[in-house]
Amino acid sequence: MTARIGVVTFPGTLDDRDALRAARLAGAEPVSLWHRDKDLKQVDAVVLAGGFSYGDYLRAGAISRFSPVMESIIEQAKAGMPVLGICNGFQILTEAHLLPGAMLRNNHLHFICRDQKLRVENAETAWTSDYVQGQEIEVPLKNMDGRYVADERTLDELEAEGRVAFRYLDMNPNGSLRDIAGITNAAGNVVGLMPHPEHAVEPLVGTGKTDGLGFFTSILKKLVNA
Amino acid sequence: MSLDTVKHASETPDSEQPWKELGLKEDEYARIREILGRRPTGAELAMYSVMWSEHCSYKSSKVHLKQFGEKVPENDAMLVGIGENAGVVDVGQGYAVTFKVESHNHPSYIEPYQGAATGVGGIVRDILAMGARPVAVVDPLRFGAADHPDTKRVLPGVVAGIGGYGNCLGLPNIGGEVVFDSCYQGNPLVNAGCIGVMKHEDIHLAKASGPGNKVILYGARTGGDGIGGVSVLASETFDDTKPTKRPAVQVGDPFQEKLLIECTLEIFKEKLVAGIQDLGGAGLSCATSELASAGSGGMRVDLEKVHLRDATLSPEEILMSESQERMCAIVEPEHVDRFLEICEKWDVIAVVIGEVTDGERLEIFWHGEQIVDVPPRSVAHEGPTYHRPFARPEWQDALQADDAGKLPRPQDGAELKDQVLKLVSSPNQASKSWITDQYDRFVQGNTVLAQPEDAGMVRIDEETNLGVAMATDGNGRYAKLDPYTGAQLALAEAYRNVAASGAKPLAISDCLNFGSPEDPAVMWQFAEATRGLADGCLQLGTPVTGGNVSLYNQTGETAIHPTPVVAVLGVIDDVNRRTPIAFAEEGQLLYLLGDTREEFGGSAWSEVIHQHLGGMPPAVDLDREKLLGEILISASRDGMIDAAHDLSDGGLVQAVVESCLRGGNGARLVVPEGLDAFTFLFSESAGRAVVAVPRSEELRFTDMCGARGLPATRIGVVDGDAVDVQGEFTLSLAELREAHEATIPALLA
Repeated sequence: MTARIGVVTFPGTLDDRDALRAARLAGAEPVSLWHRDKDLKQVDAVVLAGGFSYGDYLRAGAISRFSPVMESIIEQAKAGMPVLGICNGFQILTEAHLLPGAMLRNNHLHFICRDQKLRVENAETAWTSDYVQGQEIEVPLKNMDGRYVADERTLDELEAEGRVAFRYLDMNPNGSLRDIAGITNAAGNVVGLMPHPEHAVEPLVGTGKTDGLGFFTSILKKLVNA
Repeated sequence: MSLDTVKHASETPDSEQPWKELGLKEDEYARIREILGRRPTGAELAMYSVMWSEHCSYKSSKVHLKQFGEKVPENDAMLVGIGENAGVVDVGQGYAVTFKVESHNHPSYIEPYQGAATGVGGIVRDILAMGARPVAVVDPLRFGAADHPDTKRVLPGVVAGIGGYGNCLGLPNIGGEVVFDSCYQGNPLVNAGCIGVMKHEDIHLAKASGPGNKVILYGARTGGDGIGGVSVLASETFDDTKPTKRPAVQVGDPFQEKLLIECTLEIFKEKLVAGIQDLGGAGLSCATSELASAGSGGMRVDLEKVHLRDATLSPEEILMSESQERMCAIVEPEHVDRFLEICEKWDVIAVVIGEVTDGERLEIFWHGEQIVDVPPRSVAHEGPTYHRPFARPEWQDALQADDAGKLPRPQDGAELKDQVLKLVSSPNQASKSWITDQYDRFVQGNTVLAQPEDAGMVRIDEETNLGVAMATDGNGRYAKLDPYTGAQLALAEAYRNVAASGAKPLAISDCLNFGSPEDPAVMWQFAEATRGLADGCLQLGTPVTGGNVSLYNQTGETAIHPTPVVAVLGVIDDVNRRTPIAFAEEGQLLYLLGDTREEFGGSAWSEVIHQHLGGMPPAVDLDREKLLGEILISASRDGMIDAAHDLSDGGLVQAVVESCLRGGNGARLVVPEGLDAFTFLFSESAGRAVVAVPRSEELRFTDMCGARGLPATRIGVVDGDAVDVQGEFTLSLAELREAHEATIPALLA
């Protein structure tokens, strides 16, 4: 018994194969989804992977949000289907208003690629239940537009409701407000973050750590036990 | 303006033509007239001018480059050799790897961001055109003095361009170099390399055969960018008195290139193409003439079908445009519909612009009127050949006599310590992470090693853990002192770096960056460097699979240092066995492999402490390099070493500091008998590496070195949080880290 995890390929998506591999390594059945296709192929959960969908034209994620596949994903996510947005995927989720806030260009104006320490602030979402509250993990970070911003009221709400899912540790790599690296919706099924857990699932490649695998084992356990 | 048709050209033999403005010499123009038996049309003149430019025809360099095809070592790994878009090497398990390094020097000086970005785009398409999935890129870069104001314009633009383009393609950037030297002030070197992987049966060649097959142009629309780029830009010396040539630099769109990659790979998968070529320098002129020339010869193209970004372009401009992100495929008629369907899926525009004919002429029409009628070989493969005069410059003797060994040396431990700090914090020896952190090294999830490791390494098969490694190296200072030895030192260093990572070196590509071939001194440097490289490859058993020559890297009379950059490709059966540079385990024993001599000519020490360049570069012993390589590979495979770092610029102390900082552990060193502390720390003798050996493996390791005749000297142990040279000085890791890592951000951020 396993679960089907879909990974969307938009034109310009880069980390789709990595996300499919991560799902497979966690024991799930990886399924490729195509941006022009409304059909979600009966997947149980969806990952929106990193990259530069539609060339980041207009704004990162702004065009992808209107693609046929997103119509189905938005509808399903509102009905409770787990969705994880990584990097460009996070940007798409905010553009789709499934998560609040927005991402601006890094405060230092450079692309940054580094091994980034994070603290798991909410270990009760669909994608983080295999971590413990307050656990420190290290996963790659790589982006140009990664500075998370929202108005003060929204930030206060996120904090009050425990919806800040991840915070940057040691250094804030892009000027994100309140060191926020990732957030969740109120129901805990939609999670978005800028760092890349799918690049930290094998001891040999990437950072040499497997701290990111927990995202995929969390969702698998939840789906299989459901 | 009326159309200059073939008919019109025949009728007006005496019309004045702008051959000179297009960069052709008088005798070259005369030769074109002789080949055609009439004056060329405007379109023909455009094609010949770009294809016969230095950049495309290698007219000054090819008499020397042919050594790479003559001095070929016994090597059964070569599947495709020099002459195609890129060479192809067998790496086992049915896999083949193609790789190449190219230059985009001149455009990157004029317009750093776009120049560097399109350099990445071009090399990636070269690799793609061989049938391979690009899996990694590397970028050897050279800039003027780190503290020169213009470096702050050029470097950040180049780095952002490489990142902006490469990151959007989803290709991990796993290696390269960053070097500063005032000789590159007006002529930065922006070289770009790419590695691609395919199965043997998927190799594609650039040829158009089979009359009736369709010629399909697909990818971005053709615009006015980069017109004359090759002829005007790459083949002429910069001169302050001429207007800036910014319009001749191409503008890239990585998003379009990413679609082109995925679309092309899907087309390959369904075996829909008979031949394929990317559009780079010289655009359609190059693609059509090379495809036709390599095939049966005949091709007809209806140029008005080309999809344009700017409808006002003339046929000549369309032929010369270097608009990026375009490919040209030869497709059998029954596959055309499916080909176009896949292009549509990826939102890539594709148009049938012509077909292969059974004739022997390349014929191009514009709304039905013929504007080109040429033998394609005469355009693509029979350009002029120059036997440029070359002569050893008269200053060479004086330069070599100015021995760096006579420079004042540090007198005590305190002075040594001071000079070590100066060395590791100097721009050339400092950490480059501010630069490389702007590149994505993780994407595709197969990166095993990336900068600052000795070589970049990617896994190419997840089941078997087969991997490939690449290192690029060059040292213009060594090559200036002695171009023959300098080229061999670049080869030896890249070879050593690949071996240090645990991979077996298989083949090389090169990017030869020099000044003006019209200067006999520069031509001598070029002749010596190519001879050195060809001899070296023969001795090491690593064939040259292809490469690139960049000439005219000079401002006025002043040429850059001769800078041959060598990329060595290696294979490793199991990437789990790779060797990193980090000293990760306290208590492990440090061994210095190879012989250390008093060799300081061209060294980092002579540059940093004395601003000196003179004497002879380190001696080269390629048999020793080979033996060292074999030992490093065996030790990695059999688990005898946990870290290895090659010794090159900066000598032992530079390597030890880097390995300590990478691993977060210190080292206690003892100066071996027979050496003084200064020579031990700063000498740049070639053929050396430092390794960390677990105590349990010490005997096995030293026995192996002894049996094979490789000097291995125990020099210390991984320990503590400082680099301590017994009886001389101690430097804490914190102090070293600050010195090593603060320099580049302070200069450039």
